[in-house]
Amino acid sequence: MTRSTKRVRGIAALIATVGLTLSACGTTEDSGGGDGDSASGDGAACDLTLAFFGPQTGPAAGLGEPIINGAQLAIDEYNAEAECEVAYEQIDSQGSPDQAPSLATEAVGNDAIIGVVGPAFSGESAAAGPIFSEGGLPTISPSATNPALSENGWDTFHRALGNDATQGPAAAAYIRDTVAATSVFVIDDASEYGAGLAGIVEEELGDTVVDSDTIQTGQTDFSATATKVGSSDADTVFFGGYYAEAGLLVRQLRDSGFEGTFVVADGVKDPGYMDSARDAAEATVITCPCIPADDPAVAEFASAYEAEFGGAPGTYAAEAYDAAQIFLDGIAEGISTREDMLAFVNDYDEAGITKQLTFDETGEPADVHVYAYTVEGGEIVPDQEITS
Amino acid sequence: MNFEFLFNNFPELTITGLAFGAIYALIALGYTMVYGVLQLINFAHSEVFAYGTFAALWTVLALGGDAGVSSGRGIAILVAALVAAMLVSAAIALLLERVAYRPLLKRNAPRLIALISAIGASFVLAELLGLRDRVAGWFGLEESLSEYVSGARINRSMPTLLERKKLFSFFGYDVTVIDVIVIVAAIVMMFALDQFVRRSRLGRGIRATAQDAETAALMGVNSTRAVQVTFLLGGLMAGAAAFLYMLKIETTRFDVGFLLGVKAFTAAVLGGIGNLRGALLGGLVLGVAENWGSALLGSEWRDVVAFVLLVVILLFRPTGILGESLGKART
Amino acid sequence: MSTAVSARPKRGAGLKGRVVAMPKPLKITLWVLLALLAYALPLLEPPIISPPGTDFGGVLFTVTIYCLVALGLNIVVGYAGLLDLGYVGFYAIGAYTAAILTSFHANWPLLLALPVAVAASTLSGVLLGAPTLRVRGDYLAIVTLGFGEIIRLVATNTEWLGAAKGISNIDRPPGPALFEIPHLNWDTGTPLLDFNDTTTVLQFGVLDQIPYYWLGLTVVILMLFADRLVKDSRVGRAWEATREDEDAAELMGVPTFRFKLLAFATGAFIGGLAGALYASRQSFINPLSFLLLYSILFLAAVVVGGQGNRWGVLVGAFLVAYLPERFRDFADFRVLAFGAALMALAIFRPEGLLPPRRTVRAKQMEQEIDALEEGAETDGETSRA
Repeated sequence: MTRSTKRVRGIAALIATVGLTLSACGTTEDSGGGDGDSASGDGAACDLTLAFFGPQTGPAAGLGEPIINGAQLAIDEYNAEAECEVAYEQIDSQGSPDQAPSLATEAVGNDAIIGVVGPAFSGESAAAGPIFSEGGLPTISPSATNPALSENGWDTFHRALGNDATQGPAAAAYIRDTVAATSVFVIDDASEYGAGLAGIVEEELGDTVVDSDTIQTGQTDFSATATKVGSSDADTVFFGGYYAEAGLLVRQLRDSGFEGTFVVADGVKDPGYMDSARDAAEATVITCPCIPADDPAVAEFASAYEAEFGGAPGTYAAEAYDAAQIFLDGIAEGISTREDMLAFVNDYDEAGITKQLTFDETGEPADVHVYAYTVEGGEIVPDQEITS
Repeated sequence: MNFEFLFNNFPELTITGLAFGAIYALIALGYTMVYGVLQLINFAHSEVFAYGTFAALWTVLALGGDAGVSSGRGIAILVAALVAAMLVSAAIALLLERVAYRPLLKRNAPRLIALISAIGASFVLAELLGLRDRVAGWFGLEESLSEYVSGARINRSMPTLLERKKLFSFFGYDVTVIDVIVIVAAIVMMFALDQFVRRSRLGRGIRATAQDAETAALMGVNSTRAVQVTFLLGGLMAGAAAFLYMLKIETTRFDVGFLLGVKAFTAAVLGGIGNLRGALLGGLVLGVAENWGSALLGSEWRDVVAFVLLVVILLFRPTGILGESLGKART
Repeated sequence: MSTAVSARPKRGAGLKGRVVAMPKPLKITLWVLLALLAYALPLLEPPIISPPGTDFGGVLFTVTIYCLVALGLNIVVGYAGLLDLGYVGFYAIGAYTAAILTSFHANWPLLLALPVAVAASTLSGVLLGAPTLRVRGDYLAIVTLGFGEIIRLVATNTEWLGAAKGISNIDRPPGPALFEIPHLNWDTGTPLLDFNDTTTVLQFGVLDQIPYYWLGLTVVILMLFADRLVKDSRVGRAWEATREDEDAAELMGVPTFRFKLLAFATGAFIGGLAGALYASRQSFINPLSFLLLYSILFLAAVVVGGQGNRWGVLVGAFLVAYLPERFRDFADFRVLAFGAALMALAIFRPEGLLPPRRTVRAKQMEQEIDALEEGAETDGETSRA
């Protein structure tokens, strides 16, 4: 008896709940409330947010951290002087394309977000790109280098660094002309960045390439690769990939007796490389489409970064700083809608700390110079501009 | 298929393969022992290894490892790093047993749920390493410990402790000190463990529990103790593996255990899970096969070679090369 | 002893008992209401449940994909008792087949590519299962783990499969955009209809993830019906027999190998379907979506939910897909929180959140036997467990 009344009561409650949710809701229109126009007068715009989109946790988090910090630094500097602060939201994709569409959709739905620094990787860029494009939310990636990304017709897509197709030929030119290599061994890490870059270098160098090998990110023992390099008698090794594997690889190459030149690209321009390779890092050649630090603005960034985060800026930190700076300049000018921001970014033409920041119509940086750096006494020092 | 290259560099590929395989083998011991006793895949064993690598790294950093091994101090540092790695790994293994396994074993829970518990524990342990700067920050130690906790998500390395001195030539390949130390140490450890499990009282307890836990308990074997000792031994071996790994690779990161753990587990199954000698054989076979495969097909197929080898061997020897036999160990 | 026996009717009197006792029309109405609620969930955007910082519709789509995968894996693990640690391999084969046929090497419409994708993954299930299912127990786990890794590595290193760059512009499902439904807006604390934020039914666009969720949910419901039919058929009973005691089943005339292969193929079928749907929503895939980690998460969904119980694995799938998103507030610590949650679930609900009926029965039986064996003095203790 008690049971059956309980049951009836339960069902009644359920029906009531459903009914309540269906009937009790009014519409947002009757709640009114105009909190729309925040941009007032000629001053800087208020209540805006910049977002970082990339890995904050998970295996790729090490690459996300300098990007997060670089953008953070730009925003902190802006907020120190601005009347209304710009908020900073970190959207953690773990570097995987899986959640990228949901995260991008939410970012597009959040009207406060006016610009995105990211997505960090090419994969997540490919997954999230159409959504940002549809939502009209401008993005500037500090680190995605797959050349195909700018060919999708997404008008919101920009990147603050040269893609593989600009850096690859420069690296090849350096190996050919400056190193004067006669036999090159090309290694890549099977990532979209590393494989893309190594492929271009291999193509450009043609017959000078004696052999190639592909490692996998996350591996730590490269003895088979070292054996191959040793038996090929190559005088130069080019590695397309990130600093984590580069550090391990160069150490094992040197241990196995390789004495030639080790050439890498911007994915290795990170203090983590010297930390991990230690003495073996000496004389490594690093190509990078970024201005050397003898420029005062660049030096200032480096010292501010070190003061704030307790270490020299890592890979793509400077690019992230530049990307954020572009948006912040727009906000300072009073831009408060995505449409205006997109137009502003497209027309932008200022000196950044990595390069002259201006984009062509596909969102590629229009003015890219590639420089060669070498490692000397545990420091990355500028060598020369590469002209091909 | 580059047979010529494989043939010309056969000795070098084999020796370096054996050296890395020896590390697989030592990690595989942990998987194999726990499996032998509990029939559980101790998924979090990879983290036991990872903590060992950090213990070795931190010890070397703390003692200032630039001394070189020729000096007495250098040798002291090496020994300290080995001891630290073994102790920390053993402690983590015991902690795992206490927190992630014992509550389940007590309730006689299904075996698969223990796997899930271990997976959860593995996430927690790896992420804790990846967040060690933040954890240190809670105690206000971020500054003072920065040498140890900074760069929590990226590779950390230690200075070269042992120069790669050439010891002797093996068919044209100059075998280095590291190769010899790693291979010999793994075999010695293996032998010691094998003898311990066969001859000691505790070892008999482990074997009895592995054979038939209930009967063993009736015969007066403290099965909780036997399980604990199993985890302890697995942890000690993983710590030794971590030390040897750091000697050879000199670099570690918070998720170093994942890939190595999968490989070591593969090695354990390859040799015959539950079988100590099988773990050694499986590890060595896997290490060598990976190097030969990389030479033949390119390093990108290294892991594929490893797994294809596993599938092929299991098709012909369904319980691994040596078969499973922790309990049935011949005396 | 008496307490242990009387525990049985008490259990039956739980929520489940009450639902079972209802008249049929009422039951059907309840189910329909529940389904409607599930469909309406992303429109209601209820506070607290809605995860912060990510799109609720998109997360729910992921949940439905995990639900599908969990239903498929449940057939392999829960019904047939085969431990599969490489399930992501089938998921990848479905996704890659759909991607190649609709974008990379051909221009098929999705609806044509979908059956091929499913057929390909089913075939791969048979091809993998035929030689390896003779291997027993945990050996199968490592073999399947190897299979999943091989699939991913082949995709990473083969230019023809897009290598690390992946494949983009995968076809989205076709759909006549029908009509718009407004969302609820909770900003003011009370639910309000928001006509600025609407979802168009059956429009599979770029920005709105909800139609994909509805598609996914529909497939899940269809699979639930199919699952029920199969489980209660001769096939389901054969699986159960094989799982409980393979040798005995074989002696009783159940061709266990063939049924195991069937379970494997059925699981691969559903995995491939889930993969193809995922690829279509994503419109882009690369090997990063098919890491070993996902096989582990899929297995966690099945085991945490309660292997062998279709509702249980759905709950498990929901938790595994949803918790990491819900934990976004923890920022850096969310993976750690998720790991801790997995451990806690394992330790406090070792049978799974919703164990299948036979497990509950078996547990009761065990207790009764214990109680009989130990006599009256320990009575109170046993009935408590």
